Amino acid sequence: MDAHAHASVGHAELEIPYNVHPRPDTGVYNGKLGIWLFLASEVMLFGALFSSLILLRTGAETWPRGDVLLNVKLATVNTFILILSSVTVVMAWSHLRLGDLKKGRIYISVTILCALIFLVNKGFEYAHEFEHHNFPKTNNFFAIYFTMTGLHGLHILGGVIVFLYFLGPGAKMWVTEPERYTNRIEIVGLYWHFVDLVWIFLFPVLYLM
Amino acid sequence: MALRRQIRVGSQWMYADEARQALREAMRVMKEEEHGHGHQLPFLRRYVFSTDHKWIGIQYGVTALLFLLLGFCLMILMRLQLGWPGTAFGVMKVLGESRAPGGVLLPEAYNQLGAMHGTIMIFLGIVPLAVGAFGNYLVPLQIGAPDMAFPKLNMASYWCYLPGGMIMLASLLVPGGTAQSGWTSYPPLSVIASAGQTWWLVGMVFLITSSLLGSVNFIVTIIQLRAKGLSYMRFPFFVHAQFVTSFLLLLAFPPLEAAAVLQLMDRVAGTSFFMPSGLVVSGQVLTNAGGGNPLLWQHLFWFLAHPEVYVLILPAMGIVAEIIANNTRKPLWGYKSMVFATVFLGFMSFVVWAHHMFLTGMGTTISAFFQTTTMIISIPSVIILSSLFISLWGGAIRFTTPMLFALAFLPMFGIGGLTGLPLGLAATDIHLHDTYYVIGHFHYVVAPGTIFAMFAGVYYWFPKATGRKLNDTLGRIHFWLSFVFINGIFFPMFAQGLAGVSRRLYDGGMQYAHAKQIAAQTNPFMSICAIGLLVAQLPFIWNFFYNAIAAALGHRDEGLGSNPWGATTLEWAATTSPPLAHGNFEVLPVVYRGPYEYSVPGASAEFIPQNEPTVAEPPRGGGLLPTTAVAMREN
Amino acid sequence: MEKFLAQYMPIDASEHGPYLDRLSANVHWLMLVLFVGWGLYFLYALWRFSARRNPKASYHGVQSHFSTYTEAGVAVVEVILLVGFSIPMWYRWTHVPPASSHPLEMRIVAEQFAWNIQYPGPDGVFGRRDIKLVTSSNPLGLDLKDPHAKDDIVTLNDLHLEVNRPVVIHVTSKDVIHSFKLPVMRVEQDAIPGEEITIHFTPVLTNESGAEGDKWEIACAQLCGLGHYRMRGQMFVHSKDTFKKWLASAPPAQTSIGS
Ligand code: HEA
Ligand code: HEA
Ligand code: CUA
Ligand SMILES: [Cu+2]
Repeated sequence: MDAHAHASVGHAELEIPYNVHPRPDTGVYNGKLGIWLFLASEVMLFGALFSSLILLRTGAETWPRGDVLLNVKLATVNTFILILSSVTVVMAWSHLRLGDLKKGRIYISVTILCALIFLVNKGFEYAHEFEHHNFPKTNNFFAIYFTMTGLHGLHILGGVIVFLYFLGPGAKMWVTEPERYTNRIEIVGLYWHFVDLVWIFLFPVLYLM
Repeated sequence: MALRRQIRVGSQWMYADEARQALREAMRVMKEEEHGHGHQLPFLRRYVFSTDHKWIGIQYGVTALLFLLLGFCLMILMRLQLGWPGTAFGVMKVLGESRAPGGVLLPEAYNQLGAMHGTIMIFLGIVPLAVGAFGNYLVPLQIGAPDMAFPKLNMASYWCYLPGGMIMLASLLVPGGTAQSGWTSYPPLSVIASAGQTWWLVGMVFLITSSLLGSVNFIVTIIQLRAKGLSYMRFPFFVHAQFVTSFLLLLAFPPLEAAAVLQLMDRVAGTSFFMPSGLVVSGQVLTNAGGGNPLLWQHLFWFLAHPEVYVLILPAMGIVAEIIANNTRKPLWGYKSMVFATVFLGFMSFVVWAHHMFLTGMGTTISAFFQTTTMIISIPSVIILSSLFISLWGGAIRFTTPMLFALAFLPMFGIGGLTGLPLGLAATDIHLHDTYYVIGHFHYVVAPGTIFAMFAGVYYWFPKATGRKLNDTLGRIHFWLSFVFINGIFFPMFAQGLAGVSRRLYDGGMQYAHAKQIAAQTNPFMSICAIGLLVAQLPFIWNFFYNAIAAALGHRDEGLGSNPWGATTLEWAATTSPPLAHGNFEVLPVVYRGPYEYSVPGASAEFIPQNEPTVAEPPRGGGLLPTTAVAMREN
Repeated sequence: MEKFLAQYMPIDASEHGPYLDRLSANVHWLMLVLFVGWGLYFLYALWRFSARRNPKASYHGVQSHFSTYTEAGVAVVEVILLVGFSIPMWYRWTHVPPASSHPLEMRIVAEQFAWNIQYPGPDGVFGRRDIKLVTSSNPLGLDLKDPHAKDDIVTLNDLHLEVNRPVVIHVTSKDVIHSFKLPVMRVEQDAIPGEEITIHFTPVLTNESGAEGDKWEIACAQLCGLGHYRMRGQMFVHSKDTFKKWLASAPPAQTSIGS
C-alpha cells in the first residue's frame, strides 16, 4: 500500500509522505533528497571561496608558501583522522541497518571523538600561527587560510553537535521509528563525507601548493 | 495488467483500501467533533512557531507587505529630497537631527535611505512575498500535498527571515547610521563605511540562510509530495515558476554568503580581500595589507544578484499565468514552451552576471560573451510574454480586480524588459550605465511588474485563505490610481537616463550642467506621483486589514463556496482556509488531467478541476463506462 | 528615432559618439516596434474577447505559429545589433590608437570627491608617484626628485583637451570606486583603485565660448560616498593653438606643488 493512504489527515503531528520510505518513482526519501540539495548549495559556497582564492593568488605578485608557513605534519594527521571518521559513520549506519543500536552508538561516538581531535589539532595550529604573529590581517594568504579553515571548522563543529544529539536525546527515536533514525544517521553521514571532502581539497591547496 | 476496482466518494475515486482508510479517518474526526476539537495545539505552536505551511505563508505575507510599505516610505522621503532638493520637510524629522537637521536631509542620510530602500524592497519585501508567502501557501496545495516536506525547516526559515529583517532595521539606529554604499555594497567604499555596514552583512547572512532552507524545502516538496497522477507537465505554471526559482535561490545565494563573510572579515578582522594596496582615504594612507581585488566582490555579488532578479520575476509570471488562464476561461497558450522557456531562463541566468560590470575595464572577448548571453536570455522572456499575450486570444475575458493587475503586468514588464536591451549591449551601456535609465528599467520590471503581480495574487487567493473576497470597488480604485501614478514616476526616468543623469545623486542632478534642466523639469512631477502612489495604497491597506480581521473574527462569506473563481487547480479542491496543522485535504487528491481544462469542447461543465475523475471519455483499457459508483480502471 | 532621442541626450562632441547614438536609436526602434505591435494586439484582444462580446471561450485559441516568427524575428534583429554593431564598437572602444597618431595622453586619479588630472608635460613622460608623498598640496604624491615629474602638469577638476586630437586617458582611483563620465563625449569608465584602465576618444567639437550651453563637465557615475552628487569637474575642448597657449600657461608641478 503506497504512502498516500497513510498520509491521512488529522493527527496532531500529521505525517508527511515518503519521509521514511523512498517514493517509488523518484527512488529517494525526502530527507535524502534534501541533504543532496543542501550539499549542492554547500558546493557553491566553498566553490565561491576557492575561486576567490584562485583569483587573489593569480592577482598577487608574491604568494607565501603554505608548506613553509604552516604545520604540514599536523594537517596530514588531521586529514587521516577525518578520513577515518568518514569510515566510522558508515560503520555506524550499517550497524543500525542491521538493527544493532549498541554498535551503532559506539561508532557514532568514535566519529565524534575523531572530530574533536581534529578540532583540538586545529586549535594548536591556530595558536602556533598567532605566536608567530600571523593573523588574518597579516596578508591575503593567512586571510584566506583562516577564513576557509575557520568556516570548515564550523562545519565540523556543527556535525559534532548533530552527532551528539543523535547519540543522546535523538536516539529515543530508535524505539519508535528505528528506520527513520537510521535514515537520519545516513543523512548526517552524507554531510560528514562532504565536510571531509572539503578538507581533502583545502589541505593540498593551502598546505602544499 | 490486473484491473482493480475503484469506489467513488463524492468526486473522488479511491481504491478500496484507501476508502477504508478514509472511512476510519472520517469516524475519528466525527468523534473528535463530538467532544470538542481534541488535541488543539497551544497558541504559540499554532500561531507563532507554527509548522503549518499555510500559516507560515500568511506570516511571511503580512511581514513582507509591511516591509514593502516601509521601503516605500523610505523612498517617499528620498523622493521629497529629489523633487525639492534642500527643502525642509516636517516628515524628515522622523530621521532625527543627526540625519535631517531641521528637516533637511543630509547626503549621507540620503545614501542610507537608498541602500535600505533597495535592500528592503528586494530581500525583505518581494522575495519573501513571492516565495515565502505565495510559494509557501500555494505550492503544497497546488500539488495536493498535506504540507511542506520539512515543516520544522519551514518554520526555521521564517524565523531566520524575521531576525534578519530586524537586524536590518536595528542598523538604522547604530551610530553613524546604517549601510550607505548602495544595496550593491561595493568595496572599498563599503569596507571603510561606518558600523551599519557590518549589521547589513550580518542581516544578509540571516536572510540568505532563510532562503536556502526555504529553497531546499520547496524542491523536495515539489519532487516528492506531488499528488498521484500529477506529472510535471500537469503542474500549474505557478509551480514550475516556484520550482525554477528555488533552484536559483539554492545555487546563487551561497556565493553571496561567501562574499558577505569575506567582507565581514575585511571589516572586522582587518583582512584585505577586496582592498588593493596603497589606498589613500581623505589624505590618510590605509594600513591594511592590501593585495585584494575590489572586482572580486562585484563578481560574487552579481553572480547572485542577476539570478536574484529572475527570482523577483518568475513567481510574478507564475501568478499572472494562473490568473490569466482562470479569467480567460481557456488553457494557457503554449504552456509547454512557457515551461521550457522558464527552465532555460533559469540556466542562462547564471551566465549573464557581468553585464552589470561592462565598464569595469572589460576586454572585447569577455564583453562579447556576456553581451551574447544577455541577448540570449531575453528570448525566453519574450516567449513567455508572447504566450501570455496570445493566451488572451479567443478567451472570454472577465475583468476581475486580480485580472486587471495581471493584465497590467504584461505591458509594464514589457517596458521594463525591452529597456533591458540597450543596457545589455555594452556599446549603448557606455552612456546609460549607472544612470536613471537603469533605475527606470528595473523599476518597470519590479514595481508595476512584480508588485502588480503580487497585488493580483493577493486579490485572487485572499478568498482561499480567509473565506472573504476583497472589496471590488476599492480594488478597482486601487488599481487605476496605482497604474497612473506608477507610470508617472518611472517613465520620465528614461528621459533622465538618456540625458545622462547619474543615479544615487542626493539632489537628483541639480549640480550638473547636463542634468540640471531635465532634473528640474521632471523630478517634482515624479515625486508628486510617488506621493499619489502612496495615497493610492490606502484603499488596499484598508481593504486588506478590514477583511482579514473580519475573517479572523469568523465572519466568513458563506455564499462564496470553496471555489469562488471557478478554477481548476488543486488548491481550490481543498476547503476554504484549510484547518491549520491538520493537513490540507480530507483525502489526498488524485490528478487526472492538465491544469487549465476550461471550456473543454463537448464537456458538460464549463471547467473541469484537475482532480475530477475521468468519466466523459472511456478509460484506457475499459469499455464505455457507465457513471456508476464503481468503475474499472487500469491500475 | 535618433533625432527623437537626441532631444533628451547631451550634444555629441566625440568622434565615436554618433555611432553609439545610432546603435541606441536602432535598439529603440526594435523596442518600439515590439511594444507598439504587441500593444495594439493587446488592446484589440481585450476589446474583442471581453466576456461580454465573447461569452464562450475557445479551448484551442490561436492555431497559427505567428508568435514563433516574431520571436525568431526578435532573435535575428538582436544578433544583427550584437554582431554587426555592438561587439565591433566595443573592440574599437577598447583598442588604444597607435602612438603614430600622437595622442594627447594623461592620467586621471579620482578621489573622494575630486578628479586629479596629470599631464606628462613637455617630456611626455609621467613622473613617479609615491603614496607616501601624498599631501593636501600634492594629492597625487608626485615625487619631485624625479626629473620626469618636475615638468608634469597637475590640475584639479580641470580637464583641457585639443579638438580632433585623440585623447588617451589612464583612469584610476586613490580610494574607492568612482566612475569617470563625460556625457557629451559618450565616455564612461569606472575608476578602480589598484587598477589603471586606459580609455581613448577623440573630441570633434570645441566649447571655448564658455556660454551656459557650452558648459561641459566630468561627472562621477558611481556611488562613492556623501559627496558623490557634487563630484564634478569642468572640461574644455580647445582649438589647436588655444590649447598650446593653455599648455604654456599651465604651471608645471615643480611650481604648482613646490618642494
Ligand atoms: C525582475 C527584475 C529584472 C528583470 C526581469 C530584468 C531583465 C533584464 N535585465 Fe535587468 N536589472 C534589474 C532587474 C531586472 N532585469 C535590476 C534590479 C538592475 C539594476 C541593479 C543595480 O545596478 O542596482 C538591472 C540592471 C540591468 C543591467 C545593468 C545595467 C547597468 O547597470 O548598466 C542590464 C544590462 O544588461 C540588464 C539587462 C536586462 C535584460 C536584457 C533583461 C531581460 O531578461 C529582459 C527580457 C524581456 C524582454 C525583452 C521583454 C519582451 C517584451 C515583449 C516581447 C513584448 C513587449 C510588448 C508589450 C510591452 C506590449 N539589467
Ligand atoms: C523589488 C525592488 C524594488 C521596488 C518594488 C521598488 C519600488 C520603488 N522604488 Fe526603488 N529601488 C530598488 C528596488 C526597488 N524599488 C533598488 C534595488 C534601488 C537601487 C538602490 C541603490 O541605488 O542601491 C532602487 C532605487 C530607487 C530610486 C533611485 C534612487 C537613487 O538612485 O538615488 C528611486 C527614485 O525614485 C526609487 C523609487 C521607487 C519607487 C517610487 C518605488 C515604488 O514603486 C514603490 C511602490 C511600493 C508599493 C506600491 C508598496 C505596496 C505595498 C503596500 C501597499 C503594503 C500594504 C501592506 C499591507 C496590506 C500589510 N527606487
Ligand atoms: Cu565619485 Cu561618485
Ligand atoms: Cu542582470
